[in-house]
Amino acid sequence: MRPAPAASGVLGDTASESALHPGSQAQQDTTHLNVVNPYEGNAYAIAEGRRLFGWYNCAGCHANGGGGIGPPLIKKDQRDWIYGGDPVNIFDTIVKGRPNGMPTWGGKIPEYQVWQIVTFVRSLNQLEPRAATPARTDSLEQKTSTIRPDKDAAAHPGAVQQ
Amino acid sequence: MNQSMWHASGSNAAHIRELAIVFGLLLGVIFLIVIGLALLSLRRRHRGIGQEPLEGSHHPSTTTEAKLRRAVSIATGITVLILLGLTILSVSVGKTVSASVAPAGSLAIDITGTQWWWKVHYASDDPSRILETANEIHIPVGRPIAIRGNSEDVIHSFWVPSLQGKRDLIPGRPTLEWLQADHPGEYRGQCAEFCGIQHAHMAFWVIAEPTDQFNSWMDHQLQPAAEPADDEAIHGQEIFLKSACILCHAIRGTIAAAQVGPDLTHFGSRKTIAAGTLANTKGNLAGWIADPQNIKPGTHMATVALQPAEMQPLIDYLESLK
Repeated sequence: MRPAPAASGVLGDTASESALHPGSQAQQDTTHLNVVNPYEGNAYAIAEGRRLFGWYNCAGCHANGGGGIGPPLIKKDQRDWIYGGDPVNIFDTIVKGRPNGMPTWGGKIPEYQVWQIVTFVRSLNQLEPRAATPARTDSLEQKTSTIRPDKDAAAHPGAVQQ
Repeated sequence: MNQSMWHASGSNAAHIRELAIVFGLLLGVIFLIVIGLALLSLRRRHRGIGQEPLEGSHHPSTTTEAKLRRAVSIATGITVLILLGLTILSVSVGKTVSASVAPAGSLAIDITGTQWWWKVHYASDDPSRILETANEIHIPVGRPIAIRGNSEDVIHSFWVPSLQGKRDLIPGRPTLEWLQADHPGEYRGQCAEFCGIQHAHMAFWVIAEPTDQFNSWMDHQLQPAAEPADDEAIHGQEIFLKSACILCHAIRGTIAAAQVGPDLTHFGSRKTIAAGTLANTKGNLAGWIADPQNIKPGTHMATVALQPAEMQPLIDYLESLK
């Protein structure tokens, strides 16, 4: 229940200015940052992120992930992430904002809540383990083969054919 | 005293108290009679095992059997009648206290239960008389209050034992009821439907005041928040407006206008913080802001990363919002 203290200020110090500009995921190599989403696969964090997504009016621009004024967060193709779909990229996008409308939430949304929202946004794209994601978002999720399947899904006899 | 149906201050609570007294006395007397008879039968002289006929060969005489049959029939009949009577009484009191149509001239208040606090909204035809506050319901004495209950998340239950009976608040389905306080006083209310981890810390106060006192309270609450008076409070307001506070809370008269947390416009005038959890003092407020999860684990109040030096101005500012 208690928010774990997330790594503080890491991104603000190390992410370069070029991270603000759109590009392919190859250019968005963030592995060297060594920042880990503390809530990866955490069902409570996904539920909290979902609540905060509504409370902080993310839905005002992104709707329930389908997009509107802002880009959709449920991607048809994982290559569609403008600034990358890794947790650290999404964190960066929320904290620093992006050109053409995404506000800077750094200093407003506490860091642990940013991570919860990150986890929720990733769960919309089935990038979080299936077991942690609430079933009720199923109607919003893309069910195409372009979605990266859950690691465990392949082991299931009833897994979706690729 | 503040939260007890035995200290009823409204007609609805008085009905419930009377019902409890009737049930308690009648069933208490019956209980004593039954226990008394049971004890009596234990003390009755035993005829002795040696004289008892063997099992299976015991045939009471026809007169004894008729007597027994009559006694059992009468006892059953009385039981049925008493239970029927109590059922009718209980249902009729239930119907009276759950009457949803308030008498004419009542004051309309919308109460929204949410994890884990109470949103209080004074409705009015005049838009300038609409008021939003939290966890503290001021009402005029002797005037019926029409309550429209709602919930934002799970089922809660609105309960002020001294004034009315429990009323569930169902998400998306307004429930109507009315209450009235006959005597001025402070009555504690409590969520009465388990609604999550902090259900027990979801309390509120109903403060019944004479009409003119209530009107002056209302007029004051309708004002925008007091401007910060000294440098410390001005600094506190800056901190409030630049930090995460502003994402959830509203302070009328400033740019803070978020609706998901309690309205803090006149925060300093309230008795308690965190929905009746703590007395509203500067020390408690500092503790609550610094680590809400320690005081109410699971609360949706965010843990805001403030600099240590920012706490004092912030609580000075919030407590100055009388």
